[in-house]
Amino acid sequence: MSLYDWLLCLHVVAAFMLVAGLSSYGVLAVGGKAARRVLAPPAAALWNVGGLGVLVLGIWLALEVDGYELWDGWIIAAIVLWLVASGAGGRLERGVREGALDGAGMLLAAMAIATTLLLVDMIFKPGA
Amino acid sequence: MLAIVRPDGWNLPLLVHVAGAMLLVGALVVVMAVTAGGLRRGDDAAVLTRLAFRTLLIGVLPAYIAMRAGAEWIASESAVGDPTWVGIGYGVGDGGLLLTIAAIVLAWRAARRGSGGSARAVFVLSALLIVAYAVAIWAMTAKPA
Repeated sequence: MSLYDWLLCLHVVAAFMLVAGLSSYGVLAVGGKAARRVLAPPAAALWNVGGLGVLVLGIWLALEVDGYELWDGWIIAAIVLWLVASGAGGRLERGVREGALDGAGMLLAAMAIATTLLLVDMIFKPGA
Repeated sequence: MLAIVRPDGWNLPLLVHVAGAMLLVGALVVVMAVTAGGLRRGDDAAVLTRLAFRTLLIGVLPAYIAMRAGAEWIASESAVGDPTWVGIGYGVGDGGLLLTIAAIVLAWRAARRGSGGSARAVFVLSALLIVAYAVAIWAMTAKPA
């Protein structure tokens, strides 16, 4: 496997972890106290590790591949969407930790919409 | 490495396939975590086992259908043929469906009868499915042979 193959594979694995974290937060928000206790640790771990992996490996891929530049519109859009998703995720994680789930639905919706748009952006690569 | 540009017509089926696969793995992670929690926490076991069953039914199964439908759609659009990585994808997909159906039946049994053995089997099957899908992700991205 070439470096590109490894980077792409790990980038996609990180994206799967991110969505697994999002799914865990989704079930945790509607699943009651027992689900919250069981799902909070894996949700936070998957969301954070996946999010960091997606960003770092994505930037590395953009630098590695001729034809992609960090200032391409679709890559800047991805970074902005990542920031939106991470901001909402951080607030939700804090709320879950402190047991204050007011507004969790809105934060979850923001994370889900930003993550979906991120996936659409990665596949369609508008302007690439 | 040069940027690889795929035809525009492949993007939508690829989106359906990848989004379905991501939700599938995400829902399986939830099933595994919830089942493990149910096996550990005696008092919440019934609630968590029912949650695992519902997640399999409402999360895993529809996501599997989206993933598989997207795979068929993109295969018909791209006429990709039958290289090794496609074979791995189909093998994991077909085997995964059988294991998913088995997990649903066992989770239903565990939710109705409170059977610890069935819950343990659901945990093992969901872990096995996650490992199998990790292999499929590697095959889809690295495209061996």
